[in-house]
Amino acid sequence: MRARRFLPGGWLSAYAFLYIVFLYLPVIFLPIFSVNTAATPKFPLTGFTLQWYEDLPRTPALLDAAWNSLIVGVSASLLATVLGILAARSITRYRYPGRRTINGLIMAPLVLPEVIVAISMLLVMLQLGLSLSLFTVVLGHVLICIPYSMTVLTSGFEGFDRSLEEASADLGESAFGTFRRVTLPMVAPAIISSLLVCFTISLDEFIIAFFLTGTEATLPIYIWGQLRFASKLPGVLALGTLLLVASFLLMTIAEILRRRAARRTQNEGGLYA
Amino acid sequence: MPEQPQIERPHADRIQSERPMIEIRNVTRSYGAFKALDDATLTIREGEFFSLLGPSGCGKTTLLRMIAGFDNPTSGSIAVGGQPMEGIPPNRRPTNMVFQSYAIFPHLNVEQNVAYGLKRLKLQGGEEKRRVEEALAQVSLTGLGKRLATELSGGQRQRVALARALVMRPKVLLLDEPLSALDKKLREQMQVELRRLQQAVGITFVLVTHDQYEALAMSDRIAVMFGGRIAQVASPKEIYQRPVDRQVADFLGGMNFVKAEIVEENGASLVVDTLGFGRIKTDKPKAFVRNGGGATLGIRPERLRVLWDNATAKFEVAGKVVERHYFGEITHLIVEIPGLEKPLSVTETNDFGADDIPVGTSIRLAYDPEALVAMAD
Repeated sequence: MRARRFLPGGWLSAYAFLYIVFLYLPVIFLPIFSVNTAATPKFPLTGFTLQWYEDLPRTPALLDAAWNSLIVGVSASLLATVLGILAARSITRYRYPGRRTINGLIMAPLVLPEVIVAISMLLVMLQLGLSLSLFTVVLGHVLICIPYSMTVLTSGFEGFDRSLEEASADLGESAFGTFRRVTLPMVAPAIISSLLVCFTISLDEFIIAFFLTGTEATLPIYIWGQLRFASKLPGVLALGTLLLVASFLLMTIAEILRRRAARRTQNEGGLYA
Repeated sequence: MPEQPQIERPHADRIQSERPMIEIRNVTRSYGAFKALDDATLTIREGEFFSLLGPSGCGKTTLLRMIAGFDNPTSGSIAVGGQPMEGIPPNRRPTNMVFQSYAIFPHLNVEQNVAYGLKRLKLQGGEEKRRVEEALAQVSLTGLGKRLATELSGGQRQRVALARALVMRPKVLLLDEPLSALDKKLREQMQVELRRLQQAVGITFVLVTHDQYEALAMSDRIAVMFGGRIAQVASPKEIYQRPVDRQVADFLGGMNFVKAEIVEENGASLVVDTLGFGRIKTDKPKAFVRNGGGATLGIRPERLRVLWDNATAKFEVAGKVVERHYFGEITHLIVEIPGLEKPLSVTETNDFGADDIPVGTSIRLAYDPEALVAMAD
């Protein structure tokens, strides 16, 4: 552990406090108003209720949207992770010309304006003659998930000591056996982490889903639709809170797994006594 | 130390099989125009502790990996235990390897690591457990079976790697710089242990190292390699005392080189004229091949002894101390000899006060002509 200096008191801590408030204040309002009895989000609060949460499972349109989101999320995260594994393995394992460029191109969707990506994808889908459906949403989500998947997987694969696979072969194991007994267990945490990150991103994504879906709404689209009705706002807040908590939990688990994977692969070498 | 009775190394009388275990025939490994290994021919005997010694990039690791099956010769052949290895993948070779990084599986504990290769053999009736216990005992890790790899020290990881390979009872154990990651003290301790272990199990060990002391201390025989070629194969003593050329001599430790003119050459001896040492009759090494009228003589710094006061020796050379370096148990003197283009390095133990000889003193050095080894120019 490196020695860490404490921040000097006074204005610097005040700045740090404001910083955190700025980041999280808007988020805090969501759960607060979701348990408020009043139908409009206004202070002062009128009273505590879980009524808005209880109403959620009684809304068929919401359940449909949740189901759609689940299908899209699972499909997109699986596809993006499989593609991510292949790319991350190639980038961390082999040295070839254009490796950095390819890596850059794969990561680019991270910074492209989503609305542009959405419009481009819509044009492509229509050109290909695909009718808009959850399938097209999945394709769109795969595109935006791959950079995240790559980030997580590269950090898990990086430093994977190749001699581990050689040691396995040396001890008599076949190529498939080596993959099953060494490679897979070593990188499993990174793969699960990638699945969780992709699922979370797909679950929360609005613009691409909005452009590429046909009649079936995902959760963010459902929420967008409900905003037209003032009376539905508390339900939206409750749903939003649940999504927030779910995302937060999934991302935390994903990060823990990613770090574990990175530690596993990078601790090799026996150079510390 | 001229003509001290040589203390035999404890294993020197061990009866060694003359049967070849590894036969390397004209093996070349090219990467494009670069030859990592160039026409290497070598026989390693059964039960032998054999070292491949050389600087990095000399091809020693390439050769080891080709024996293990991780790399294949561009041309030439390798046989292990009389069986040609061409086309046989590492998992079906009678060799096991201790990797430089140890390659301990981090998701398995010590026992599971050691048992890794046995799982496929599907041993009956507790045989697997028995063999794992036995292997752990061989490397003094009894009782640590449940530890995770991440909870082990560097030395312990190395022992796990050893046990994991030995438990497979290979014909040949390959060791790729196994001691390079350990600190000096642990490394010296492991040298002794590895040597003992090899004698106990009687398996052929092939060690790759760039550390000449390691190779000298542990091996029955050593192959010294430079630039993809095998320069000399011999016992540690032979390699150290009778290097075939200046490169080998230099790599194995300090050596003074003296230019010489060949006066007479016959079957077993050479008579040469030198500046500084005068006319000398010395053994002609087996590998000596004359190249013109000149030769180089080499003498190790510790084979030159300071003559104190009025002491005399049959062979001596006079000079002047120009530098003195103190190393605790020994002192390193640089002595200028009239006629020699380079001053001689002399290492002298400090028992008689070599550490107090002032720079500038005229001294005489005793030597044994047998210690002057002839090398072709």
